[in-house]
Amino acid sequence: MPVSRPGPSDSGTRASEVDGYGAPRRLWRGLAQHRPPGVDAVERSWRSPLRGPWLTAVYGSVLLVALPLVIITGLLDYAAYGPQFDQAFPTNVGWLRLPAFDWPTRPSWLFRVTQGLHVTLGIVLVPVVLGKLWSVLPKLFDWPPARSLAQVLERLTLLLLVGGILFQIATGLLNIQYSYVFGFDFYTAHYFGAWIFTGAFVAHVIIKFPRLVTALRSRPLGAELRTPREATRPEPPDPDGLVAAEPGPATVSRRGAVGLVGGGALLLAVLTVGQSLDGPLRRTALLLPRGRQPGTGPNGFPVNRTVAAAGVRPEQTDASWRLTLRGGGRTVTLDRPALLAMAQHTAALPISCVEGWSTRQTWTGVRLRDLAALAGVADPASARVSSLEQAGLFRTAVLAANQVLDPDSLLALRVNGVDLAPDHGYPARVIVPALPGVHCTKWVAEIDFRGRADG
Amino acid sequence: MAERDRPTEGRAGRLRAGYGAAPWHLLLVTAVIVLAGWVALRLAQEATFGRMLLWFVGAVIAHDLVLFPVYASADRALRAVARDRVTLLNYLRVPALGTALLFLVYSPGILRWGETTHEAATGLTQRPYLVRWVVLSAALFLLSGLAYLLRRRQASRQRSESA
Repeated sequence: MPVSRPGPSDSGTRASEVDGYGAPRRLWRGLAQHRPPGVDAVERSWRSPLRGPWLTAVYGSVLLVALPLVIITGLLDYAAYGPQFDQAFPTNVGWLRLPAFDWPTRPSWLFRVTQGLHVTLGIVLVPVVLGKLWSVLPKLFDWPPARSLAQVLERLTLLLLVGGILFQIATGLLNIQYSYVFGFDFYTAHYFGAWIFTGAFVAHVIIKFPRLVTALRSRPLGAELRTPREATRPEPPDPDGLVAAEPGPATVSRRGAVGLVGGGALLLAVLTVGQSLDGPLRRTALLLPRGRQPGTGPNGFPVNRTVAAAGVRPEQTDASWRLTLRGGGRTVTLDRPALLAMAQHTAALPISCVEGWSTRQTWTGVRLRDLAALAGVADPASARVSSLEQAGLFRTAVLAANQVLDPDSLLALRVNGVDLAPDHGYPARVIVPALPGVHCTKWVAEIDFRGRADG
Repeated sequence: MAERDRPTEGRAGRLRAGYGAAPWHLLLVTAVIVLAGWVALRLAQEATFGRMLLWFVGAVIAHDLVLFPVYASADRALRAVARDRVTLLNYLRVPALGTALLFLVYSPGILRWGETTHEAATGLTQRPYLVRWVVLSAALFLLSGLAYLLRRRQASRQRSESA
């Protein structure tokens, strides 16, 4: 005898209705009646009296508000890399291409905020995702697994939803900790994974939204958060079967369950947000790479890619170093003293990395637009900056016109009043407001300014 | 979803009855599956596609059939130890969950996965993370233990006052 569960499926007269058996009815009914051994034992083993539509809806509504922010900031990070110059990875995305626009240089903290929000929020939501999955886990072992083709297809999209979010979390967490154990290209996997997840997420929200509203209305939040453990009772049986058939006594109140997930999120927030802060608070990111400073003094801020890792040798950056400017058929070569003799400009700008960390420093150097004028391209359409690095995904970077012409866009020679350290790009590096850190090319060898007429 | 007393009629009604949900449901889930299928076909050209698929499906299996049973059993064991002392149980649960959560999120550093890539990117080694995680976890248990003792003392004082 199947364990009966309230809901439309058990009232045979409405079997053809929503949540009932679809066609062919005999198949779905037969499946429901052939309960494999163990299914009943599993069903009885769900004991928590907290599981139910209300708790699921509370976790769900947090994700409903926060996940779109993670998705949007993630897509903005992709846009910031400049897909129109084929330098956002993955480059070949078919019709999943974003509308092309020039990434702005103002406000200068724009990228600092988008990538910081994407990574920090992504980490902070981990306990919420785990809590949400805990609350619906009995559904995985439901028997029958489906009562109609509609449920088969919906369960398939749930695989995409759960697989998608876990895949995005796992690859994201590994990437920001520089651990590439997965052995595939992070950018490709995370970008396409995001689209799979987003599609499934949108469908899930559309299908479940009425349920979420009903569930939230079923118990006033304030009253629920005032209910102590002793007075915590299971929710009434629900058509989705989230409420346990034989719930045990409560060892935690619903307030406790919400607080536990919230506390976990807070703990992660406290240990992550330091990556985006300057000053002594940076150290609070105790378990992340960017809570640590590589040294002290004016150059003691986080490094992305050391000079040793980039393979730039000391003899390439000594007095024999020359900067080559190209534009409109003209080539200009400058050494470091010549650059220092030009008009110097100082700007306090953040350097922000897509891995979720940023730091604001005071840079001094020559304006990029002055160099463009020197190369004979006063009104450039773009500029390709090349590094001394011989290999690496970010050996060159293309800057759009607005990024070359911004008055704070610099070829920096000094930082915080001293020469750049080798790890920060000595003899010269690019720094542009709101530009992703990896495009602020270090150890610059050449800048090729393209005029409007060059196309 | 509306429940009706009489079976729905017409083509939409027949679709609804046969398929098991409204036509828009079919449209929506088909769109999602087509999108995912298109992405999969596109990625199938990558040499590492098999690994991506493995990680995608593996993530679900790792959560649903490994992580969940592990933490559910750990909680069951903890409940067996605490028996009827629910307060004690929860003062153990909270730091244990905190410790596990920190490990889950920051394990790449704690386990030193990617020593060379970490050092190339940052110029620093991954050595400090393990000790920091242990210290943080110990602090969570210590704080929870102190809070538990305080609470017990308060409770016993209240009991002696009311006695």
